[in-house]
Amino acid sequence: MRRWSWLFVILPAIACSPATGQERPYFVTYSHEMEEPGNLEIESNNAVGQPPGGNVFLGSTLEFEYGVKGWWTSEFYLDGQGTQNESTIFTGFRWENRLRPLLREHVINPVLYIEYENTSADKSLREVVGHDGAADLITPNGEARAEVEREIELKLILGSNVHGWNISENFVGEKNLAGDPWEFGYAWAVSRPLALAASARPCSFCPEKFQAGFETYGGLGDTESFGLQSTSHYAGPTINWSAPGGVTLSFSPQFGLNDYSVPHLYRFGIAYEIDQFLSRWKRQPR
Amino acid sequence: MRKNVYMPVFVLSMALLLAQMGRAADGGWMAKVPVRDRERANPYHGQAEAVAAGRRIFLDHCAQCHGDDAQGKGKKPSLRSSRVQEQATEGEIHWLLYNGNMGKGMPSWAKLPDQQLWQVITYVKSLHE
Repeated sequence: MRRWSWLFVILPAIACSPATGQERPYFVTYSHEMEEPGNLEIESNNAVGQPPGGNVFLGSTLEFEYGVKGWWTSEFYLDGQGTQNESTIFTGFRWENRLRPLLREHVINPVLYIEYENTSADKSLREVVGHDGAADLITPNGEARAEVEREIELKLILGSNVHGWNISENFVGEKNLAGDPWEFGYAWAVSRPLALAASARPCSFCPEKFQAGFETYGGLGDTESFGLQSTSHYAGPTINWSAPGGVTLSFSPQFGLNDYSVPHLYRFGIAYEIDQFLSRWKRQPR
Repeated sequence: MRKNVYMPVFVLSMALLLAQMGRAADGGWMAKVPVRDRERANPYHGQAEAVAAGRRIFLDHCAQCHGDDAQGKGKKPSLRSSRVQEQATEGEIHWLLYNGNMGKGMPSWAKLPDQQLWQVITYVKSLHE
């Protein structure tokens, strides 16, 4: 894992022309907004928590999000985690595609999401489905990483922008290709910039550079036991700041809503957007 | 037998799609704007503060494709053209920013608040004056 860690530092640094994103401050919920075509966003998202009876962990994802078309965004993830008194390990990869079937803005905008993931001992908690709970995070890394999960995940993303507010709902279905039943989950979030109009003067800490909101998500059981029984749920406020230089910093303290959840999660992320990534390479003089 | 039926339908569909995309590329999007949107008034029209704020938004979000001077870049159109400066109303440009023209690479900017869309329109229209 240490050999991978240089990526977290080097990749954002080699890019030379940042774009200023207007990212939503969500960690689990997807909005219907796609990456701008040709832009590449490199993002590190992290979750720190401690399950009851377990060790403190840091689950991380390194994400490469590319706008293929205005209606198609593709994203590749590298996952890793470190657990106190255990080990730091690379836990796998994911590849997702988001497709927007309606090409105009509507009151509710659907986006179709499909993801393939190949992970083991994952603690990034990028989604909570089925009966995922705090107990899953207690299994020692040495034991947990032996069980590789190859899964297909489908999401229906619904999003609306109303008077500066963004409201996003996700319905999640996940299927382990080893034959386990379909697992279900949900995520819901709302956010708004602190100011709707931009300031005339250049500034780093203007209210419009900040977005604040609220996010909640959890599991809904599986095809054999659909419902809220033995499922974990989280909720918490969330905020981000569009810093100068194309960097966005995000933070969210989140709280487990029942005994099946990790009591507290602290999520933080840093994102860096490179405008017109492939065109940049094409334009390189020979 | 089925193949014979579906192939002309497929070819015709693709031809219609390409024709539609070509139409959008030459400003055909303006014909799609509903009258109500076309006639929307810009609450910041002509305001110097909005021009300054709009320039900041433009540099953050639009310049990467349309150029710092709005002259266009490669296949990305100039915003100093007569289509933008004279033919299109502010309401029509707002409609385009809000909905995008995703088939032609123009993303939707509905993620920006309405106020910021009007500010950037104020800036773009000021390039003509």
